Amino acid sequence: MNDTIALANAKAKGKRPWFFDDREAERVFNVALALMQELSVARERIDTLERLLENKGLVSRTEIESFTPNSAEASARSQMHKELIGRCLRVLQQELEALEEAPGTAATPEELRHT
Amino acid sequence: MHAAAPAPQGPPPYQVVGKHAVMPETRHDEAARFNYLANMNQFLSAEFLPRVKRAYDKRALPRFHSEHGRPPEHRREVRELMSEEPAYQAWSAMRRATMEQRQQAGRSVVLRQLDRLNATAKAAAAEPGLQLDPNFLPPRYLTGVDHHCMPGGYLCELAPDDVSAPANYDVGIFATTGGALGRYSDGGGMAVAEWLKREHPEFKPRRILDLGCGLGHNTLPLAQAFPHAEVIALDAAAPMLRYGHARAVSLGVTNVRFVQGNAEAVKEPDASFDLIVTCMFLHETSYTAIKRVFGETRRLLAPGGISLHIEQPQYQNMDVYEQFIRDWDAYNNNEPFWTTMHEMDLTELATEAGFDRAKVFETGVRAVVDAALFPQAAAAQKQEDYGRSAAWYVFGARA
Repeated sequence: MNDTIALANAKAKGKRPWFFDDREAERVFNVALALMQELSVARERIDTLERLLENKGLVSRTEIESFTPNSAEASARSQMHKELIGRCLRVLQQELEALEEAPGTAATPEELRHT
Repeated sequence: MHAAAPAPQGPPPYQVVGKHAVMPETRHDEAARFNYLANMNQFLSAEFLPRVKRAYDKRALPRFHSEHGRPPEHRREVRELMSEEPAYQAWSAMRRATMEQRQQAGRSVVLRQLDRLNATAKAAAAEPGLQLDPNFLPPRYLTGVDHHCMPGGYLCELAPDDVSAPANYDVGIFATTGGALGRYSDGGGMAVAEWLKREHPEFKPRRILDLGCGLGHNTLPLAQAFPHAEVIALDAAAPMLRYGHARAVSLGVTNVRFVQGNAEAVKEPDASFDLIVTCMFLHETSYTAIKRVFGETRRLLAPGGISLHIEQPQYQNMDVYEQFIRDWDAYNNNEPFWTTMHEMDLTELATEAGFDRAKVFETGVRAVVDAALFPQAAAAQKQEDYGRSAAWYVFGARA
């Protein structure tokens, strides 16, 4: 992280209040709110692009709304959605994988020290 | 016949915000970020806060009643009760996060162009109207915390001749207020000017003093309303004054002198001003300071002069739930003097400062904005964004 990014994120002097009973949940909530903002920003940009394309007569809203992907395009998109879902839900997947791990399967650092 | 255009929904787009020479330039996504924040703030006040009140009425209040056999009698009891209410927790967490995101959004815009902004302000400093004091010692209430979560506070200087704090304040206030303060975020000053013209049409102040002027958002409308008056805009923070001066130069307002000084001890002769105003300043001072500011106001006001203090409403005779909501910023947005100030008996304070009790008055004003660009803000606002709304309580006293 370069200096400008860190400086823009700087904390204001004074105690930060927390509101949820669970501090961890509130931390995650704060990340989600920032993502909500960035998603909104990205959507506004897409909206700008679509309007400009339409105003210049390059692509119409109707063409966008009625766009039908062919089979290969649909597969590529499906892959895109799956990758996004997988990335976002990584933590849940790993929790479930841990259930499948038989107790004692993973070695401890202690056990590995002299191997 | 054409159907009437649908009434605009939501805040105006960021693109209508007024530009001037030191206003940071915003790229597409930076403006979009402010649009998101303006909408989020409007959602929080118009949509979510009523749900918090409903949770209070339906869930929290009955619980309190069954435990105590009476309703809460003080906002402290409401706060304790509501601190466990999930709807309030969520609203608070979102309001705090939105405030932090607004600061981050503003600072990221400003920092990438700070050298240019500082150079522009420095060039403008060659024009008359800026009086800084390199030996000035800022009061403790400005250094103790960073007010309303502005990292570095008003005094922040990241470089020589720095204007990053006011540039951030100016570029992002649209987001905090949902565009309710108008094109140049000067709805407060415009409201005061309009009130004076309406209530005192004969009043022609020769000298005007704005204490704690910040970057002069609310000073310029007064200077423009009384173009023959000499206006002194006083503030403790050099960055705010540098930026305010450069902004005034760029907007062609020449009858304002931006002066670095302490509002508790103003270096001006007795009875030398006809109009003295403070706009959302008193709540950022201290118990000791506010008494001195009232004393200085009395000393500096010429016979027949008017003093006006623009703030959010005082807590006296206010419902305890509303007090609790209005007090949110004191606890959660770095406004340490907010509570004490809103509990003080300002009439008593003015009387102690030497004002005649019979010449003390209270009134209210709403932001005056360009209705074409800000139709929603121009219409009477139905929802109340406690502590942030563009409608103010005015405490005044005549000399």
